[in-house]
Amino acid sequence: MSNLITVQNLTLKFRTDEGLITAVEDVSFRLRKGEVIGLVGESGSGKSVTAKALMHLNAKNAVYSPESKIILHTDEGDVDVLSLRKAKDMKVVRGGAISMIFQEPMASFAPAISIGKQMVEQLMLHSDMSKEQARKHSIEMLDRVGISDPHKRVDQFAFELSGGMRQRAMIAMALSTKPKLLIADEPTTALDVTIQAQVIDLMKNLVTEFDMGIIFITHDLGVVAQTADYVSVMYLGRLIEKGPVREVIRDPRHPYTQGLIAALPKLDDLENPLLPIPGDIPSPLERPPGCVFNTRCSKIVGDACMSVLPPDIKVNPVHRVACHIYKDEGVA
Amino acid sequence: MSDDTLISARGLSVGFSIGKGLFDKRILKAVDNVDIDIQSGSFFGLVGESGSGKTTLGRAFLKAVTITGGSATYKDGEVEYDLTTLNGAKLKDFRKRAQLIFQDPYAALSPRMTVRDIIAEPLEVMGLTSSREETDERVREIAAKCRLNLEHLRRFPHAFSGGQRQRISIARALVSGPKFVVADESVAALDVSIQADVLNLLKELQRDLGITFLFISHDLSVVAHTCDHVAVMYLGRLVESATTRQLFEAPRHPYTKALFSAIPSLDPDDEKSAQKLEGEIPSPTNQPPGCKFHTRCPFVIDKCKAEEPVLEHADGTGHEVACHRWVELMEQKAL
Repeated sequence: MSNLITVQNLTLKFRTDEGLITAVEDVSFRLRKGEVIGLVGESGSGKSVTAKALMHLNAKNAVYSPESKIILHTDEGDVDVLSLRKAKDMKVVRGGAISMIFQEPMASFAPAISIGKQMVEQLMLHSDMSKEQARKHSIEMLDRVGISDPHKRVDQFAFELSGGMRQRAMIAMALSTKPKLLIADEPTTALDVTIQAQVIDLMKNLVTEFDMGIIFITHDLGVVAQTADYVSVMYLGRLIEKGPVREVIRDPRHPYTQGLIAALPKLDDLENPLLPIPGDIPSPLERPPGCVFNTRCSKIVGDACMSVLPPDIKVNPVHRVACHIYKDEGVA
Repeated sequence: MSDDTLISARGLSVGFSIGKGLFDKRILKAVDNVDIDIQSGSFFGLVGESGSGKTTLGRAFLKAVTITGGSATYKDGEVEYDLTTLNGAKLKDFRKRAQLIFQDPYAALSPRMTVRDIIAEPLEVMGLTSSREETDERVREIAAKCRLNLEHLRRFPHAFSGGQRQRISIARALVSGPKFVVADESVAALDVSIQADVLNLLKELQRDLGITFLFISHDLSVVAHTCDHVAVMYLGRLVESATTRQLFEAPRHPYTKALFSAIPSLDPDDEKSAQKLEGEIPSPTNQPPGCKFHTRCPFVIDKCKAEEPVLEHADGTGHEVACHRWVELMEQKAL
């Protein structure tokens, strides 16, 4: 499979009144066509900021380190995302080759413009369709994502649709330009479980149908297990573990990943009490030295945890973990 | 209704007027004809999708919305109140006994008050303490129970994380010494690693202070872990009610079963064999006739479309269900 996007040593800080705040630090990953990567972490872990960086969508006060590289591989050649300066050039990463769907579909649609008008508008921007073609294509897309009566729905406004319907419309809109990469930022968090299951099924089918890559951002490991091929776990801006979804969930190596899985209420085990991870994620203003997880870790192995950044250790060729417990090759 | 029932409702309904003019008398029934008994000291779970009426039912028990039909009583050993008519001094007394913990700890705390003032406010408003020293004493006591540091009391909410803020909200709700607390989606806004901590705290408080919790949630796995009794709502009706064990081992209502199978499993190879629900919950302004669930139910027959099932206390186990076909479906092992 060919590569779709490569992220190398992405480090991103925000300039604020209180100084530079590190949001993402030294994150590298790549995504191939037809793959789904789950990006997991709690609030403040930097997962949304990472995704926005792929579209060059972070606020003006964002400072990228010189080593940071994001390369989008398209049929027309490679695009160095972070070097894009003009709005005209950014079209390719904003709705062209990359589309994004957000958590709150109500906030993503303009409230006073009909769904159809918004879909047509972006199609006219990103393709050479005529208005009639664009409208026809929009109706087709609405039909594809399972919206009944697409001819009627296309002229409705976002507030007239239910939550699940709105998220479907959002997906239809994001996919209508045939992007190579879809970034889904907590797309099912605001939905009820029964609707969430429907949307997950829909997205799974669309990956195969459109042969695109998806970056699925979520805090819900269950959702990741059901959708992703690979999972990357983030904590305080750092990627602390990554690998194939089965391996990471069945055999988590990082104490944080282990803690996340243990804290999850499971239906097949109602007897044992829930095991929280003690403490809170530290404020980005007070990043601990050494391993970023050392303020909450129950498996501290020595001074190294407190002072030395743990290296990326290969559990096997595809599963990596950043933790001092393990030594390269000698992983138990 | 047994002696240790704290809240008891019969045929409880809550309607909101949605008419647009003088002669438009349309009513939206958010809660419709609900029978429910909440045992004293229990951790009672209320589940359902958005629009099922679970929040409205919780607020009806707190007298935060007007009960428009049926009866509801509160009885805690010292007092007995009829919630439909409660007012004046008795209502004031009831406010001390019944409290609410909100969903979003970021919106629930005033950013301009210190944590101490936030927790002390209910005491001052209700006039429960006579001096500042006594107030401080009570605040410190409850803060310690909710695992807050005393030095936190001087700070403002913005300095705290989600989990700490939720503990502040809990302390504020509990400072007046309530017997009954409604926790409305109180962990929904928290990260999993913190969520477990707040759930354990609520359980601890229930045991130590003898508080009865009504725990409203859309998350079945959270409910399974914390509650001892669960009621499932759909479109304003109670469709199933049982002890947690009964409900999770053998759900009787197709809707409950569908809710279970919709939970994403941690096992990537677990292809859900059970049926997935089609469609969405109908609008409460335009309710279907017969069983409210028949538009999405995979087992629907003609009877379901015409006749509304009532909550049956079928076999003496206390496991109640409102479905025409549950016996049949259980025998066929369709659920």
